[in-house]
Amino acid sequence: MTFPKSATRFLLRARSAVVCASLVAFAGVACAQNAADDALYRQFGGQPGLVTLMDDFMLRLLADPRMGPFFKDVDQKHLKEELVAQFCEVSGGPCTSNGPDMRKAHAGIDVTRTDFNALVEVLQHSMDAQGIAFGAQNRMLAKLAPMHREIVNFPP
Amino acid sequence: MNRMHRSHVLPTLGLALALSAADLQAQSAAPLAVPPTRPALAPVPSDRPALAPGNGKLLLTGGVSSIDGAAGGGLTPWAVIGGYATEGEFGGTAFITRATTQNYALTAWGAAVGFHDRFELSLARQEFNASVVVPDTTLKLDIVGMKLRVAGDAVLEADTLMPQLAVGAEFKRLNPGPAVGGVLDSVAAKRDGVDVYVSATKLFLAPGILVNGTLRATKANQNGLLGFGSSDRGGYRLEPELSVALLLRKNLALGAEYRFKPNNLAFAGSAFIEDDWKDLFIAWAPTKNISVTAAYVDLGNIVGHTRQTGGYLSVQLAY
Repeated sequence: MTFPKSATRFLLRARSAVVCASLVAFAGVACAQNAADDALYRQFGGQPGLVTLMDDFMLRLLADPRMGPFFKDVDQKHLKEELVAQFCEVSGGPCTSNGPDMRKAHAGIDVTRTDFNALVEVLQHSMDAQGIAFGAQNRMLAKLAPMHREIVNFPP
Repeated sequence: MNRMHRSHVLPTLGLALALSAADLQAQSAAPLAVPPTRPALAPVPSDRPALAPGNGKLLLTGGVSSIDGAAGGGLTPWAVIGGYATEGEFGGTAFITRATTQNYALTAWGAAVGFHDRFELSLARQEFNASVVVPDTTLKLDIVGMKLRVAGDAVLEADTLMPQLAVGAEFKRLNPGPAVGGVLDSVAAKRDGVDVYVSATKLFLAPGILVNGTLRATKANQNGLLGFGSSDRGGYRLEPELSVALLLRKNLALGAEYRFKPNNLAFAGSAFIEDDWKDLFIAWAPTKNISVTAAYVDLGNIVGHTRQTGGYLSVQLAY
């Protein structure tokens, strides 16, 4: 016996609703969080917002005396696309970023805590310039900050 | 020169770095790929100094200067290392604080140096105007502080509950002057004391809330301004100290503190009862070089004057 595809989809949806309902009974927030998973993505203005943010971010990186010399030779267009994809993914947007392994990506490049924080500061300026609320900025930074474990590699 | 050049040029945040490496990988898959070793990022000189002046921390993440000189909140040390130095860097702070209540005034000033975001050395002097009780009397307390970060990172470990942990000691010496000194001798309060503490600090980054808990082993009476211990209670006591701060903006924090204190002199009379200290504070750091902290403090009973409350203003310079 076979179900039409639409019926299968309906059943799957109904099942997830039941699961969600029972989860609510035990942990009320679980389903609300799922439903609002892309809230942060939307607070950043979705895809257009992230594109604008990264255009601004790249300009600020290039203009920053600590960062500029480092970024002037990279393929900026491609880097911006990758950053948009990564921010989209970590903020719950409909993206899968195929970024490289962070540790490998920084092998051979000494990245200190100061370097890491300096880029955070430039990013904060960009987020301010885009009018992104401080709370949303911090929720994004909270997703990114743990990456310091793979990125900061100096002193070894 | 090369060193300067490097520390400023060498870029950073890995995300962008990593992505440009992805860029490399993508390109190397293409026919006639560029050599995979082509530097997409700036070349890295290898002569990074082991220790240099620096201010790589994020704004306000070194705390402010406590009245005892150690980095933290206003009344209690935190696990953070003062100043803005990260690993491979050192940095210093200097502060002056003035607190006034209905009957008393305290002025504190001092300096601290942090190395590698690991070790902090602080010096502070407190001068407590007690003229309302004993004419022309100022109690002078000198404090040498040391703090070692033993584990954790208060700021960047945003996906764990692990706090930054530090242990510290404050070596205190009181010069009470002859009149108050005579009183302290009569209750066997010593002029020297050492406070030892452990602190745990955690910034919950997503909600922007910082929490600190400190447990202090101390004999100090009124922080040492009335000596250490007494004939009634001479031993160490463990006193918790709690701070909570909400980040309103990256340069502005609003918080509260509660510091439990011993009560070693109560046997000498109700005038000598010692209360816990509390405050509500707001700290503002317009740049990494300066912060201003204003607070409302409730210091409770102080030598015969109950319910001492008032204002607190502190300015810290950092380099």
